[in-house]
Amino acid sequence: MRRERIVDVLVVGAGPAGLAAAAVLASLGAGEIEVLDREPRAGGMPRHCHHGGFGPLGLEGPGFAERWVRAAERSGAVLRTGVTVTNWAGPLTLDTTSPRGLERITARAVVLATGARERPRAARLVPGARPAGVLTTGEFLRAVHVHRQRVGTRAVVVGAESVSFAALDALRLAGVDVAALVTEHPRHQTSPVRALDARLRRGVPLLTGATVTELLGRGRVSGVRLAHRDGRTAHVPCDTVVFTGDFVPEHELARRGGLLLDPGTRGPAIDGAFRTARRGVFAVGNLLHAVEPARAVAREGAAAGTAVRRYLADGDWPSASVPLRVAAPLVWVAPNLVTPDEPLPYGGRFALRTAEFVGRAPLVITQDGRTLHHARLPRPPVPNRPFHIGGEWAARVRADGGPVRVDLFEGAPG
Amino acid sequence: MTSIPPFPPGGGTTVTRGGALPDVTYDVTVVGAGVVGCAIARELAARPGLRVALVDASNDVGDGTSKANTAILHTGFDAVPGSLEARLVREGSRLLAAYAAGSGIPVEPVGALLVAWDQEQLDALPALLAKAERNGYDAARIIGPEEVRTREPHLGPGALGALDVPGESVICPWTTVLAYATQAVRAGVDLHLNCRVNTVDPSDDDLHVLGTERGALRTRWLVNAAGLHADTVDRLLGHHDFTVTPRRGQLIVYDKLARDLVRHILLPVPTALGKGVLVAPTVYGNVLLGPTAEDLDDKSATGSTAEGIATLREKGRRILPELLDEEVTAVYAGLRAATEHDDYRIRADPGRRALTVGGIRSTGLTASLAIAAYAAELLDDAGADLPAAGALPPVRMPNLGEAFPRPYQRADLIAADPAYGTVVCHCERVTRGEIRDALSATVPPGSLEGLRRRTRARGGRCQGFHCGADVRELFERGAELRD
Ligand SMILES: Cc1cc2nc3c(=O)[nH]c(=O)nc-3n(C[C@H](O)[C@H](O)[C@H](O)COP(=O)(O)OP(=O)(O)OC[C@H]3O[C@@H](n4cnc5c(N)ncnc54)[C@H](O)[C@@H]3O)c2cc1C
Ligand SMILES: Cc1cc2nc3c(=O)[nH]c(=O)nc-3n(C[C@H](O)[C@H](O)[C@H](O)COP(=O)(O)OP(=O)(O)OC[C@H]3O[C@@H](n4cnc5c(N)ncnc54)[C@H](O)[C@@H]3O)c2cc1C
Repeated sequence: MRRERIVDVLVVGAGPAGLAAAAVLASLGAGEIEVLDREPRAGGMPRHCHHGGFGPLGLEGPGFAERWVRAAERSGAVLRTGVTVTNWAGPLTLDTTSPRGLERITARAVVLATGARERPRAARLVPGARPAGVLTTGEFLRAVHVHRQRVGTRAVVVGAESVSFAALDALRLAGVDVAALVTEHPRHQTSPVRALDARLRRGVPLLTGATVTELLGRGRVSGVRLAHRDGRTAHVPCDTVVFTGDFVPEHELARRGGLLLDPGTRGPAIDGAFRTARRGVFAVGNLLHAVEPARAVAREGAAAGTAVRRYLADGDWPSASVPLRVAAPLVWVAPNLVTPDEPLPYGGRFALRTAEFVGRAPLVITQDGRTLHHARLPRPPVPNRPFHIGGEWAARVRADGGPVRVDLFEGAPG
Repeated sequence: MTSIPPFPPGGGTTVTRGGALPDVTYDVTVVGAGVVGCAIARELAARPGLRVALVDASNDVGDGTSKANTAILHTGFDAVPGSLEARLVREGSRLLAAYAAGSGIPVEPVGALLVAWDQEQLDALPALLAKAERNGYDAARIIGPEEVRTREPHLGPGALGALDVPGESVICPWTTVLAYATQAVRAGVDLHLNCRVNTVDPSDDDLHVLGTERGALRTRWLVNAAGLHADTVDRLLGHHDFTVTPRRGQLIVYDKLARDLVRHILLPVPTALGKGVLVAPTVYGNVLLGPTAEDLDDKSATGSTAEGIATLREKGRRILPELLDEEVTAVYAGLRAATEHDDYRIRADPGRRALTVGGIRSTGLTASLAIAAYAAELLDDAGADLPAAGALPPVRMPNLGEAFPRPYQRADLIAADPAYGTVVCHCERVTRGEIRDALSATVPPGSLEGLRRRTRARGGRCQGFHCGADVRELFERGAELRD
């Protein structure tokens, strides 16, 4: 037996995105706003990020999470934790499981804010044995910060983006030596200061142009084999391997609900007002663009709250949206739908991601061969990090036209 | 570590993982607690009064080949007609299907299609159909390309036809081993883990003394069910009947979100090169792609390789193109115990009071119960003088299959015990109640991997990103509680 209930807005996921959306909705008097999270505590991923970078004065993740939890609670939103949303039972109805039993909750609007995860070793198809001691940053942070578990003595960190350096800091705090950071890219993808600090002050070498070709060890990992781009191979002994970055949206609910997904982000396709292809269903946060920094995500959550509020008032839903498509070296753009009669995304900007270092390349946006926008990027884009462009061109998208193409050209434009 | 004193009054359960072995003489000792050894121990457990030990080198049951296969409950339609394997697979298939239904082992009768992708393969189908009939399987039939397409809409282009084998099923290999072991232990079998047998000495005419990592173990009869190492153990007995050549099979497990892409077990038409790569649903709701077939000489080479993964992806793209866009949940490899013989090597040696169950290569899961019945028969014929078989109390295993209600979906269970509503592993929806139950079960897990095989915890798409630390915590605390 499922208890059946009705609320005005059901938000799935109490990370920064869901909490910010709920806080805004409740403070705008949008009715009964309920946020569900399957974890025992609200706050999302920042709860486990015991490092600065979440706000002014080096605010750490847990403090940041706490602020948004309080903001949502103060505004009058109802936060329920330990509740897993398991599936859809109707277009705006979700089934849940919690220690209190099974429920079926119907809402006037649903906001999916289920976040992202790092791809583990298997999903990256790294061959070799299957020893213990191989984790993602997410698992590692919880192991050391939540459970104070002993992790290992000598680690290899796979990846050299911001989260990889966060993993490095946490490993050091946990008393684990780091043998090396390994990236297949020619350079690291974090701030120069951070990378320099790791190399000079901590003495952690950064191996670039290198991929992990095999994991070694029976029972416990004993090392990794690396291949350098120039064909050299190496064996690095270690008892811990941390796979960092390579984020992918937690899109299970979005997919089970039959929402249209964007082929680039693999999250739900959304327009500038966070509207998915299903009337009344919104999506926000790292589910849309894995990943952006928590502050950006919280800002976006607030914008989504406003968008949902407006929908509750006027019931408007776009009848047609034009998809945005990217070509290599770009991997995705978000939002990835343009609704021509209200083209500008909340926040006024689009996030993009490249797969490679490409220099200050010209970016060209076209629809059916017609140029909508043409500009040289102010800074060279970096893989594994979002870069942003303004959205003024979106006003020129034709509702009856084909998909909009976003291209990044290396070398001088013609 | 679990160590309850042996033979507690009133008959209790004994699983040991360390310390000295009990000072008793067993009537029969089964070496190897894979699916075959556990099935044999269970069969012997049904003989009242028989003192039976089941020993394994690993820290858990089913930790060898039995944990890493393609999990298909075969009909035996394509076995070599007249072989021992053909008979035992056919019988085992029926026995296991019935046993699974009674004990809660998840089985999904999805059926198989042997898809022909070229004229040569299409031409091979009638002979396969005839072979199936010679194997006593007469439900197979050949179907045309339209029917193939209707029944498997996501299949890659170019399928010319298929042999439809409706009797093939997918099964949970982990629960199978565990059900056998649980029933055996509850009926009084001593299970000794971390107990590799290194030597076998005949101390007198009717006693073997096995030298193990944990000291000596005395037994009247010895059953060798050591899988990949059955030849090694055989040599300890002075036999040189066969040599095991491990044949590695690498497999890729795709995300549950891919499950809707496939309805049947999609088998390749067998060629001279072996059975080939299949695509099959799993009872956990994933999709399997594999296995490869590589002859090796290292019996510990259960790693995957870049070439293996590349080969599988190339084959998979042809069979089910959309599968390749899905996320990968796991990559693993199992080793088949192939020998120079074309059949199982099951032999009794009355003189040495030993029975070898070797060469159980690619069908041992399906055949396990029939192998066990046959093993008991051979032991009896060899003079072991087994008591008549009684009935074992039935066992009911926790359900790991997606086709049946799982605890997180059951209001009744959660109302009775809220721990079944506390989801710990989110990708697999494993609850705290299930983890607790596994930790205090008759045969508790020896490692996190063992816990995964009992509950699926930590075995999903995130591989521990969300739940890894929590599950480890529960496992470690559970281990403390049991001490
Ligand atoms: C390892 C790591 C390190 C990071 N470091 C930094 C950093 O240093 N600085 C920074 O600014 N950002 C950092 N980030 C990014 C930051 O954490 C994210 O931007 C932010 O958490 C995204 O917020 P979100 O609300 O979209 O998702 P999340 O914070 O991931 O929240 C999603 C929530 O949804 C819940 N949920 C998912 N599915 C369900 C369901 N079916 N039912 C119920 N609940 C569900 C989850 O339990 C979770 O609480 C890091 C991220 C990671 C993973
Ligand atoms: C890739 C692959 C796919 C397969 N697919 C299927 C399928 O779909 N359907 C099917 O029916 N079958 C399948 N099989 C076959 C099936 O998995 C095996 O036949 C079966 O698991 C063999 O079980 P076992 O008990 O003989 O061996 P194992 O499971 O290997 O057990 C042997 C045990 O003996 C122990 N041992 C070894 N030496 C010693 C010693 N000296 N002392 C103590 N213990 C020792 C080991 O630790 C091990 O636990 C497949 C196999 C592979 C590799």
